[in-house]
Amino acid sequence: MYVNRYPREGKFERYGGQFVPEVLMSALEELEHAYTKFRDDPGFRKELDAYLREFAGRPTPLFFAKQLSNKLGVKIYLKREDLVHGGAHKLNNTLGQALLAKKMHKERVIAETGAGQHGLATAIAAVALGLKPEIYMGAVDMERQRLNVFRMKLLGAKVHPVESGSKTLKDAINEALRDWVTNVETTYYLLGSVVGPHPYPMIVRDFQRIIGMETKEQILEKEGRLPDAMIACVGGGSNAIGMFYDFLDDDVSMYGIEAGGEGIETGKHAAPLVAGTEGVLHGAFSYVLQDKYGQISTTHSISAGLDYPGVGPEHSFLKIKERIKYDYVTDDEALDAFKLLTETEGIMPALESAHAIAYACKMAEEMTEEEIIVINLSGRGDKDVMIVAEKMGIKI
Amino acid sequence: MRIADKFQELSEKGEGALIVYVTAGDPSLFLTKNIVKALEEAGADMIELGLPFSDPIADGPTIQAASERALKAGMNPDVYFKMTKEIREYTDVPLICLTYYNLVLQRGIGRFMRDCVESGINGIIIPDLPIEEAGQTLSEANKNGVDVILLIAPTSTEERMKIISSAAHGFVYLVSLLGVTGAREELSVIVKDLIGKVRRVAKRKVPIAVGFGLSSPNHVREVIRSGADGAIVGSAIVNIIAKNKGEEEKMLREIRGFVAQLKEATLFDG
Repeated sequence: MYVNRYPREGKFERYGGQFVPEVLMSALEELEHAYTKFRDDPGFRKELDAYLREFAGRPTPLFFAKQLSNKLGVKIYLKREDLVHGGAHKLNNTLGQALLAKKMHKERVIAETGAGQHGLATAIAAVALGLKPEIYMGAVDMERQRLNVFRMKLLGAKVHPVESGSKTLKDAINEALRDWVTNVETTYYLLGSVVGPHPYPMIVRDFQRIIGMETKEQILEKEGRLPDAMIACVGGGSNAIGMFYDFLDDDVSMYGIEAGGEGIETGKHAAPLVAGTEGVLHGAFSYVLQDKYGQISTTHSISAGLDYPGVGPEHSFLKIKERIKYDYVTDDEALDAFKLLTETEGIMPALESAHAIAYACKMAEEMTEEEIIVINLSGRGDKDVMIVAEKMGIKI
Repeated sequence: MRIADKFQELSEKGEGALIVYVTAGDPSLFLTKNIVKALEEAGADMIELGLPFSDPIADGPTIQAASERALKAGMNPDVYFKMTKEIREYTDVPLICLTYYNLVLQRGIGRFMRDCVESGINGIIIPDLPIEEAGQTLSEANKNGVDVILLIAPTSTEERMKIISSAAHGFVYLVSLLGVTGAREELSVIVKDLIGKVRRVAKRKVPIAVGFGLSSPNHVREVIRSGADGAIVGSAIVNIIAKNKGEEEKMLREIRGFVAQLKEATLFDG
C-alpha cells in the first residue's frame, strides 16, 4: 500500500511540494521530465548498473555479525554500505544523478555537503563521468572534516566555504540553491538526500532503493524469511528510505534513528521527527526544528551527517502513517556503539551509522535469540576517528 | 492608499513607481521607523518592509546580512506587526511585507493576513511560494484585502507567465535576472524583452515592476523607459544602512539623497 504510490503531484499526501523561487520552477520541471524519461530507459539502467557493479562495488554483502549477535542475544545482520566505493551509501545516488546530469547535457554539477560524504561521492561520480563538480560546505563542517575537504580537492572539486548562518549543512544547501538560481541553465544541482523540492525526494529515494532490494534477496537467501526489525539512522533520511522502501508493504518493524545529541531535553540535538514541528525548509513541507515564529533552529550532533534541522518529506509521511517508528539516541550512546562494533566485529562504523547500532543494543533487550534485526551500516568510520579520539581525550 | 490606486495615480502623473526595500529591524528596531520616514520623504512611492527569515534562499549576501542583523536586534512577527502599525500612523504610502513562507505558515495564513490588514500592510511578497503552492494564501489574502504580489522570472514559461499574471494582485514582480537579490553594476540585457513578453501574454492589464540587481538611477530610468510601471531597489539601500550603522544622521542623509535620485529617474521626462 506504500510502494510506488507516492509522490502524487509532488507530494506524500501533505508533505513535500515545491517551495522554491519562481526562477527554479522550470528547472524542476525539466529535471522531473528528464528523470521520468531515463528512469525506465533500458540503456540508462544498463549503464548505471554497470557503474554500480564495477565501480561502486555492488551488491554489498549482508553480513551476519555473529559476535555482536551473541553479545546482544538477537540475530544481527549488517548491510555493508560502508563497503561502497567512497565509504558510504552516498555513491548510489551520486552515480545515478551524475549520469542523469550527463544525459541532460549539464556539465557543471553543484552539491552541498555536511560531513563531506556526499561531496566526496559527488566528486567521485563527477570524475568517473567527466563532469565538473563544485561543492558547498559550511565553514564549521570544513574545519571538523578537513580530511574529506582535502579528498574532494584531490578529486578536482572546487570546494566553496559557506560563512552564512550556522555555517553547517543547512547553510550549504541555502548556498547551493542560490548558486542554482543563478546558473540554472548550465548547472545540475545534485542533492544528496531525500530532502528539497520535488522531484528530489523521489529521485534520491529511487537511486537508494537498491539497498533494500538487495537486502530482501539476501535475507531470504540466508534466513528464508524477512527480518523482524530493521534499523537505519536518519539525518535527511536517504539511507533509511533506501533500506526500508521495498519492505514497506511487508510485516517488518522499522526504526529510523535521529541524532539525540546531548539529549532532547537540552535542546542540543538534531531530531525533527522526534521533537520538531511541521514547516517549510529547503523547498519542502516536512518536520523541522524551528522556534514558534518559524525561524529554523541550529542543531547539534556528534555526527556531521545527521546535523540537520529538517528531514525528507516521505519520512514525515511515514511517521504520521505510523509505518516507521522514529526515535533517537544520544551522542554518547552512538560513541559507545562505535567502540562496541569496532571491538566485537572489527568494523568501524560511521558515527551516523553508529546511531543505528546503538538503537539495536537497546532493542535487543526486548528480543529473543531467534529474532532478526537488519541494520543499515550506511558508512564507514575512518572519517570520524579524529572526533572519536577527541571525545576519548586522546591526542593523535 | 492601495497599491493599484498608487499605480493609477502615478500613471496619470506620467511617472513610474519607485518601490524600495529595507529589512525591518535593520540595524535596530528603533531606527527602522526613521528610515521609513526618510524613504517616504525622499520620494519612495511604495515601501517593501522585509520580515527576516533565518534561511533566505532568494537573497544575496547584502540582504542575508541585513536579516541576520535584524534577527539579532530582536525582530520577529509580533514585533514586526506592532512596528508597522506605528509606521502606518504617519505614512500614507503602500506598505508591502516581504517574507518567506514558513513564517506565514507558522503564524497561520489567515492570522498573518489579518495582522497585515490591522497593521496597515497592503501587499505581501513571498519569494519561495510559487503559484502552485499559493492557493490558500491567495484565498486568505483576498478575503482580507491584501494583495499577493507574485513573481515572474526570466525562466518562467509563457504558460506560467499567463497563469501568474492573471492571479497577481497589486503588480507583477518581474525578476530581471537569473540569480538572487543584490546590487549589480549592469542591468540585465533581457529586461526589455521580458517586459514585452509579459505584456503580450498577460490576459489583463496588470502593473509590472522590475526588481533584482537594480542599483542606480540609471537602472531605474532604463527599466521605466523599457515599459515597466515600477522599479524596485533593495540591496543598494540596504548597503547604505550597513555602511553607516553607527551614524544615524549620516545614514538618513545618504538614504534621502539616493532615494531622491532614484525617484527623479522614474519621471518619464527625467
